[in-house]
Amino acid sequence: MPHHPSRGGAAPSKRGRRMGRVFIEGNEAIARGAMRAGCSFFASYPITPASSILRYMLQMIPEAGGTVLQAEDEIASMGFCIGASMAGRRVLTSTSGPGLSLYSENIGLAITGETPMVIVDIQRQGPATGSATKGAEGDIQFARWGTSGGLPIIALSPATISEAYELTYRAFNFAEQYRTPVLLLANKELGVTMETFDEEAVDLPPLVERRRVAPDAPEYLPHLFSSPEEVPAISDFGGPHIARFTTSTHDPTAYLTTNPAAIQEMIDHYAAKIDHAADDLALVREDLQEGADTLIVSYGVTSRSAAAAVTEARSRGKRISSLVLQTLWPVPQAAIRKAMSGVRKIVVPEMNMGQYRIEIERLAPPDVEVVGVMKMNTLLVSPREILEKGNLL
Amino acid sequence: MSHRALATYMTDKVGPLPFCPGCGHTVLIKALDKALVKLAPDPKQVVIVTDIGCIGLADRHFITNAFHGLHGRSITYACGLKLARPELSVITLMGDGACGIGGTHLLNVARRNIGITLLVANNLNYGMTGGQHSVTTPTGGMTSTTPWGNIERPMDLCGTAVAAGAAWVHRATSFDGNLPDILATAIGQPGFAMVEVWELCTAHYVPRNKFGKKDLIALRQSFGFEHGPLVDRMRPEYTEWHREAFERGRGQAPPPPTIETCYSNRVSRKTGIVIAGSAGQKIRSTATAFAKAAMYTGLNATQKDDYPITVLTGFSVSELILSPETIEYTAIESPDYVILLSADGVKRVRAKIGQLAASCTIYADAALELPETEARVVRLPLEAVSKVTTATAALAAMLTHTELFPHEALEKAFRVFRSPSIAEQNLKAMAEGTALIDMTRQAGSTGGAE
Ligand SMILES: Cc1ncc(C[n+]2csc(CCOP(=O)(O)OP(=O)(O)O)c2C)c(N)n1
Ligand code: SF4
Ligand SMILES: [Mg+2]
Repeated sequence: MPHHPSRGGAAPSKRGRRMGRVFIEGNEAIARGAMRAGCSFFASYPITPASSILRYMLQMIPEAGGTVLQAEDEIASMGFCIGASMAGRRVLTSTSGPGLSLYSENIGLAITGETPMVIVDIQRQGPATGSATKGAEGDIQFARWGTSGGLPIIALSPATISEAYELTYRAFNFAEQYRTPVLLLANKELGVTMETFDEEAVDLPPLVERRRVAPDAPEYLPHLFSSPEEVPAISDFGGPHIARFTTSTHDPTAYLTTNPAAIQEMIDHYAAKIDHAADDLALVREDLQEGADTLIVSYGVTSRSAAAAVTEARSRGKRISSLVLQTLWPVPQAAIRKAMSGVRKIVVPEMNMGQYRIEIERLAPPDVEVVGVMKMNTLLVSPREILEKGNLL
Repeated sequence: MSHRALATYMTDKVGPLPFCPGCGHTVLIKALDKALVKLAPDPKQVVIVTDIGCIGLADRHFITNAFHGLHGRSITYACGLKLARPELSVITLMGDGACGIGGTHLLNVARRNIGITLLVANNLNYGMTGGQHSVTTPTGGMTSTTPWGNIERPMDLCGTAVAAGAAWVHRATSFDGNLPDILATAIGQPGFAMVEVWELCTAHYVPRNKFGKKDLIALRQSFGFEHGPLVDRMRPEYTEWHREAFERGRGQAPPPPTIETCYSNRVSRKTGIVIAGSAGQKIRSTATAFAKAAMYTGLNATQKDDYPITVLTGFSVSELILSPETIEYTAIESPDYVILLSADGVKRVRAKIGQLAASCTIYADAALELPETEARVVRLPLEAVSKVTTATAALAAMLTHTELFPHEALEKAFRVFRSPSIAEQNLKAMAEGTALIDMTRQAGSTGGAE
């Protein structure tokens, strides 16, 4: 039986917590969510529209006795964070598209080293430098496939300021529980938009600590599992055991191996621990209507336009359902299939050229029409565009 | 640092050292073992971090902690480990190739003075990938990628680290008998310490260049690169400095006050307000104060700002949405109120002005030229108001005119969130704005479209 990390008990840390309504931007909510999740190490390289997270962390981390620094580039940001995580810190880094490109190789390293870490991507209009101050959702498939080897990661996407806070907190829990990098795919339209926020109104699960090897265990095997989906217990560098970490193909000992069977076993493990947790990881918001013939599937800030479109369509007598995905990777397939059942049309609005639509097409029954509402011109998808392109008027 | 004495910090659990016969890496690794024996640290308190390259095969031959990361990036993992646990002794092994691809990390760790030890195994080429040239290959050197001899100048790695501010730097060769002592001294340094060790790559550089020990030593002299200790200077170590700075930083940033509902409002639906002006008119901060004022009346608010990257020049536009409901879509397609405070601002929102509905009201500085619009226009003679508070005066005029919520809410937002002197300035501007709207009203010009 796989041994699961302790999930009960520990209450969310009170650090950085405050009562009542404030008017802050999404990036500040992300920083506050990270502090609430016990973040104790932050490194990042400035990039609009993510830079202010570094500023908020500089304000908040000293109170908590943690470490924060501006790295010389994005590669160093990731390197510092991976080193610090393996030494026991709860780590966060933040960037935008151009920086995520530079994170790529180290994301692979965090996957193979089973390093808990949270990566915030405040997406901006790309490709390349694109428009630094404009919103987009162009990194959705890149987040999933943007590292050599193509092994799974976890990615969450917040739509509102409360979700920016909540999903950052949950991202830490997932990272620590599953020993994996977790990406938070936000949007400039959330990160630097100020909104009314009430921290007290957000319901959080208990804080999850990484499962650690008992201090008196005779030795530490860094990637030990008894069944492929089991998340190996960790022992921090500088802790009670000799620790090892390697970028090379390895067996449970973290010593290099070239044995194909041992290599396959480790690869199967990386995939299985995420796949097996799909239900636990599937965060969605459902607004399903009995007898609906249309379903809107959306995520991120675009889901707020979808919500407005649904209200409008229903006021015109249409029967319509909405599914908002907070978890993008792994694909919450069960929730998507359930929401699809009985509908004839699925509308997928996105601030890109249809990146998540292909996941929906993959899951949709053959007789169901999947319509993408694609926009990648720096502006939000409007509720009207969803209604018009989805033929819902 | 002392621990129970050990005869060696190495293990043959994974077999003997894998290097080619005569490879300098073997000498360096054995010297490192001797240095550790001399210092006698607890193996659990030592991390050997390795880069990619033949030299990166070494970490697993030690009984200490081992961290083998990406090519060129070993310094970054070493720094992460050290920053997280300053008590650890972190020793990084990298090749000359790694110093090329990861040069920025070398500069920055030296500059920051993070207390890791860096051992560079400089064998003048890439051993692992087949003897290609590296940043340290001598001019004229034959490698698999310099078929006619290297035309590039070799980089002085130690000199580079010294120039970047490194606290302790030493250049050696694998033929130096005192190498273990040099390494032990380096590991004992409180700050960043670097030892560059010149070596032979017997598989590639040696046969291609008919190169041996004598040539290596002669080469060093011909370059004019100094040998031995290059710098030994006291500088504050980074993790220590970071801890002290953060202790000073504690308590410096108390969380801002929360906003309780203490007034009522007359906003019954989602209301969009666009404020367009210029840098220096405090558009953004005034918009934020207005949003917070709305929150004092129980409303929800959003704010988006639009300004050039060169923040001190050009336009500055803020978009506010106020609503008794949760605000979903945060773009304003058809604003209810537009406040125009400068020609730059008008220019930025010109297209929007043309499309405004008749139900929209524009509050515009009386001196501005406006494009054609269906919207109702209220002119405000703002010339007597100080530039930094024009936005406040105009918003106060708008509040008086619309009675969206009481002035007290905006006064409170200024009093709570701004310094007393700035708050006073803004309260004065609120009175000026209110007087302006009363004046305009008496003159009867707030009625229809202009
Ligand atoms: C990002 C990346 N680029 C290229 C390589 C291929 N590579 C492996 S080792 C190496 C050069 C190593 O040379 P050096 O650092 O001098 O070490 P040596 O083998 O000489 O000990 C290169 C280019 C890699 N592993 N990763
Ligand atoms: S290839 Fe060169 S560097 Fe690598 S082990 Fe052989 S001699 Fe040493
Ligand atoms: Mg080399």
